[in-house]
Amino acid sequence: MSTISKSDVAYVAGLAQLDLDEAATARLVGEMNSILGYMEKLNELDTDAVEPMMHAMALTNVFRDDEVKPSLPRELALRGAPLHDDEYFLVPKILDTEGGGA
Amino acid sequence: MSDWFNKTAFEIREAVAQGDVSAREVTTSFLDRIEAVDGAVGAYTQLWNDDALAQADAVDAKVKAGEALGALAGVPISLKELICTTSGETTCSSRILNGFQSPYNATVTKKLLAADAIVLGKVNMDEFAMGSSTENSAIQKTANPWKLSCVPGGSSGGSAASVASATSALSFGSDTGGSIRQPAAFCGCVGLKPTYGRVSRYGLVAFASSLDQIGPLSKDVRDAALALNVITGKDPLDATSADLPAEDFTQALTGDVKGLKIGLPKEYFVDALSSEVRTMVEASIEVLKAQGAEFVEISLPHTDYAVAVYYIVAPAEASANLARFDGVRYGFRHPDAKNVAELYVKTKTEGYGKEVQRRIMLGTYVLSSGYYDAYYLKAQKVRTLIKQDFDEAFKQCDVILTPTAPAPAFTMGEKSSDPLEMYLNDIFTISANLAGIPGISLPCGLSESGLPVGLQLLGKAFDEATLLRTAHCYEANAGISLGTPPIA
Repeated sequence: MSTISKSDVAYVAGLAQLDLDEAATARLVGEMNSILGYMEKLNELDTDAVEPMMHAMALTNVFRDDEVKPSLPRELALRGAPLHDDEYFLVPKILDTEGGGA
Repeated sequence: MSDWFNKTAFEIREAVAQGDVSAREVTTSFLDRIEAVDGAVGAYTQLWNDDALAQADAVDAKVKAGEALGALAGVPISLKELICTTSGETTCSSRILNGFQSPYNATVTKKLLAADAIVLGKVNMDEFAMGSSTENSAIQKTANPWKLSCVPGGSSGGSAASVASATSALSFGSDTGGSIRQPAAFCGCVGLKPTYGRVSRYGLVAFASSLDQIGPLSKDVRDAALALNVITGKDPLDATSADLPAEDFTQALTGDVKGLKIGLPKEYFVDALSSEVRTMVEASIEVLKAQGAEFVEISLPHTDYAVAVYYIVAPAEASANLARFDGVRYGFRHPDAKNVAELYVKTKTEGYGKEVQRRIMLGTYVLSSGYYDAYYLKAQKVRTLIKQDFDEAFKQCDVILTPTAPAPAFTMGEKSSDPLEMYLNDIFTISANLAGIPGISLPCGLSESGLPVGLQLLGKAFDEATLLRTAHCYEANAGISLGTPPIA
């Protein structure tokens, strides 16, 4: 496994939708190298013949009948929204084009 | 008037049911206690005095009318900040959920209300349950009631501190890698992590979905059994909840451990264990031996890899779960975003604290293209080996006995600069979550510096009955009653 560079941290921050400043990036380079370095010990084990464990309970496809049931009332679903118009969640415009011609 | 706040949930329920005391009097006793000591402890993040008294009056009306009472009638409880309640807020002690009012109750909340418990309020935690000291809360600090300069443990630190300081008779927390058991050990109370699937996770804000489980923190083992009775059961709203016949776990507390086989994993009695904790845990072995339990040395050979597996699997699941907090549907939204992409980034960057950002970064990294096989898949394979260790061990024994944490509570700030050192504090608790088995921590003494030390018992999947029976027998015969600490 490899060492984490500043540009790796910046790349992962982009995937995670975080905006890290210089100081945070530098701190995370050190911390992630230390933590992921510790994870290297897993390579001591030969796991070629081992099945991965996805979950604590071995469950596959928990089915139920497809029945229509009451769902959360709209006003409750919208109650926590930072901005809404009683029907929809409102967000800033998605396409940031000149003249707002989206 | 007696100090009802010092009574167990079981005693309170009995007294209320028999009309010896009103639920209002009991609730008032706890509210006064909170007023007196919680300023110093800082367990509560929200207090619902009026609602609690109204609930108490409703219980008293039932008593008067001779109606059937719930299993926790009149028992004042607290809930960790990540259990959804339509009352008050559900913040996960995070800025990103500041002001969030859940539109629904968690299944556990519903069951507790149906059992006539009195909800006093919500208690502090590490942000999104990520931490072992409750220092990662964005709301406030919580102190260890036994020594206010020390941490209460975490992430359910508010739950443990409230039970230990007698400001709630029971508290409900969650355990993803030890978050119930470790704070219970640090604060000198009983903390139970049920088997994965035993308790519905509906309405528990998700941290790592394959590991999370809700459980009670209590003054004693009987209260843990009583609380477990109320919260278990199949829930159609949680597909991973197990469909099992209802059990009365208080019936398991027979006091009899004759012939019970208890395993001692040699990998847990290592150098990292403080000699003080080792001495106390070894003394607990003698207590159970005297009651007729048999001890066998066992091996859990992959123990040393558990921390590495956990800190890959849990952050990976967390990075996926926490993607939903984006400032659109609920919670905090950054006011300055000019478009949606900026809205997500600014909201998350401002909304999440340091530790949560660190785990999202780790989780995103180990799931990212090119690293998935090397880290995530590798960790899941070693998780299989850890689970197989327990399967093998439980062929030789019924219960496993270990320390809960390598040392008693540490001082605030002591480990907060080195995340890896903080993570290593979880070495004895996280294997149970990876394997999905139940575990309980209970007090086994006070250290020289006056801090509680925890003993951990681990059981077979869905065999909480044997786990509780063993814990109860130890508690009844150890002669260790820590009582309530003088808070100063």
